Amino acid sequence: MAVELMKGNVALAEAAICAGVQAYFGYPITPQTELLEHMAKRMPELGRAFVQAESEVAAINMVYGAACAGVRAMTSSSSPGISLMQEGFSYIAASEVPCVVVDVMRGGPGLGNIQPSQSDYFQLTRSAGHGDYHAIALAPASVQEAIDLMGLAFDLADKYRHLVFVVADGLIGQMMEPAELPPMQPITRRHDDWALTGADGRAPHVITSLQLNAPDLEALNQRLQAKLRIIHDTEQRSTEMLTDDAQLVVVGFGTAGRIAQTAVQQARREGMKVGLFRPITLWPFPEKRLSALADQVSAFLVVEMNTGQMIEDVRLAAGGQVPVTFYGRTGGVVPVPEEIYDAIRDLYRKLQSRPARE
Amino acid sequence: MTISAVEEKVVYQRPESLSDVPTHYCPGCTHGIAHRLVAEVLDELGVRERTIGIAPVGCSVFAYKYFNVDSAVAAHGRAPAMATGIKRVLPDRVVFTYQGDGDLAAIGLAEIVHAATRGENITTIFINNAIYGMTGGQMAPTTLPGQHTTSSPGGRDIEITGFPVRMAELLAGLTGTAYVARRSLHNVKEINRAKKAIRTAFETQLAGLGFAMVELLSSCPTNWHLSPPEALQWIEDYMVPYYPLSDYKVIEPVQDLMKR
Ligand SMILES: Cc1ncc(C[n+]2csc(CCOP(=O)(O)OP(=O)(O)O)c2C)c(N)n1
Ligand code: SF4
Repeated sequence: MAVELMKGNVALAEAAICAGVQAYFGYPITPQTELLEHMAKRMPELGRAFVQAESEVAAINMVYGAACAGVRAMTSSSSPGISLMQEGFSYIAASEVPCVVVDVMRGGPGLGNIQPSQSDYFQLTRSAGHGDYHAIALAPASVQEAIDLMGLAFDLADKYRHLVFVVADGLIGQMMEPAELPPMQPITRRHDDWALTGADGRAPHVITSLQLNAPDLEALNQRLQAKLRIIHDTEQRSTEMLTDDAQLVVVGFGTAGRIAQTAVQQARREGMKVGLFRPITLWPFPEKRLSALADQVSAFLVVEMNTGQMIEDVRLAAGGQVPVTFYGRTGGVVPVPEEIYDAIRDLYRKLQSRPARE
Repeated sequence: MTISAVEEKVVYQRPESLSDVPTHYCPGCTHGIAHRLVAEVLDELGVRERTIGIAPVGCSVFAYKYFNVDSAVAAHGRAPAMATGIKRVLPDRVVFTYQGDGDLAAIGLAEIVHAATRGENITTIFINNAIYGMTGGQMAPTTLPGQHTTSSPGGRDIEITGFPVRMAELLAGLTGTAYVARRSLHNVKEINRAKKAIRTAFETQLAGLGFAMVELLSSCPTNWHLSPPEALQWIEDYMVPYYPLSDYKVIEPVQDLMKR
């Protein structure tokens, strides 16, 4: 397909369609609404399911139902709506049905505002909903990457029978960039071994998250954790730039990582040995690569559009080997490259004035 | 006198749509009767193999063990949303929800009202026992004025709690619904009428006519603190007057179905 100018939200929707999504359920919320509106037009055209639900609670439970039927199903929302979906996330994870959820994050807490933000990091990476699990979370930094990760999200969801988040923010959702869609995937039957399709010539399939007996529930949790360990070990993804000889590495995901890139390039022009590390999987956090970098650098500077959430994972990966400092804007304020550059310069100077790290 | 060979005829057996397992329901609970009626209807309509049932959270959370069909358990109140998701991607399957009154009329009110008003082509079996059974007998939205429950210990005070909700009447008022009826399980005559209504509700779905619900007045001897026969009498004496048994919505094509 040709490169064309696309808005992030529309690109996410169309990429899901290319990936063979057969059912979309959603509820309007800025700055995500164009995704829903695009689905409203396109899904019926293609003979696929679209329902504007009465709430995000209903939307995620419709996704749960469609996913139980073995088809690729998704919803999208923004922060307050994601909070409402937590119940469904937990049931979906416990029942091990695949589905994809897009969060186009906005400023919080509360009703907050509709400006871009990264304040849902904890909500998405810790345990989205009650219980004891992690969902997979993928964070694009451009419209093209949003398209690419949408396809990956469905593949990972099906491969692991798990909940996958595509974690964008208002900026990625709203901006227009040239990007290319993948070819349309054929719709294929999936998951005949467990999906609910009618017990015709076989024993009934049952999908439940209920395990009243504690040892049984413990066994279910252990099975889940074994799966999550495999995901943790094999699915860490990140990208980096100018890290080879870097003394200082800036760590940022999504839009923050993208803005930091400009600041890092400027610092390089000024002769500072600075690099950029951008996690693509927020869970599993790319800690393997980051802890390898911790052996090499003198410090990490974490840049986020919140008051410091991912920094906890960076600290864990750094394992106390190097200082981890933070620069962030919050409440929907998007940092400009210059302020990140200033934070880099200040930290870099401090590092220079210290005895070199052995 | 010689005994001539008597031809044996099976007159009563377990429907294929009901699994051959003991249920966990209390003695005298009419959840079991409701299960049997639904199973008989699925058998008679020959749709067991393409039926998907959604169990609620409540005493019937284990309905998936008792119905011999593909099933899922929804989160509390969300069965109509889950059923919507399934039916929209598998429109040729028969999808039903089975829900209690806390599940459907309290926490899941939005989901049932919107599934109904969208005219989802699904069938809902609604068990109204005027109480939260599973959690030990708290007040439900359907608890009668003056009725004692663990969370209305002096009897339901309508000054404080407002009034019981009549779901059949409420849903019948929505343009999207095709068939809405209330029946009771307190005696044989009413049970037979209940079965007919359940059959109509599934036939409505098979004909693609839209949303159908049968509300069933059902007993909870355990939390009503009554013996099973007393509980059935209590339905007749107290529930039926507040919740009249009737067809509340029968759109014309469904009337035609019923005539056949
Ligand atoms: C979100 C949530 N809130 C509360 C509960 C606890 N709970 C379980 S069953 C139930 C009430 C069920 O009552 P009803 O729907 O009337 O069904 P019955 O048990 O009477 O058949 C409640 C409140 C829950 N499981 N989930
Ligand atoms: S608690 Fe009530 S509703 Fe639940 S099984 Fe017992 S009698 Fe039936």
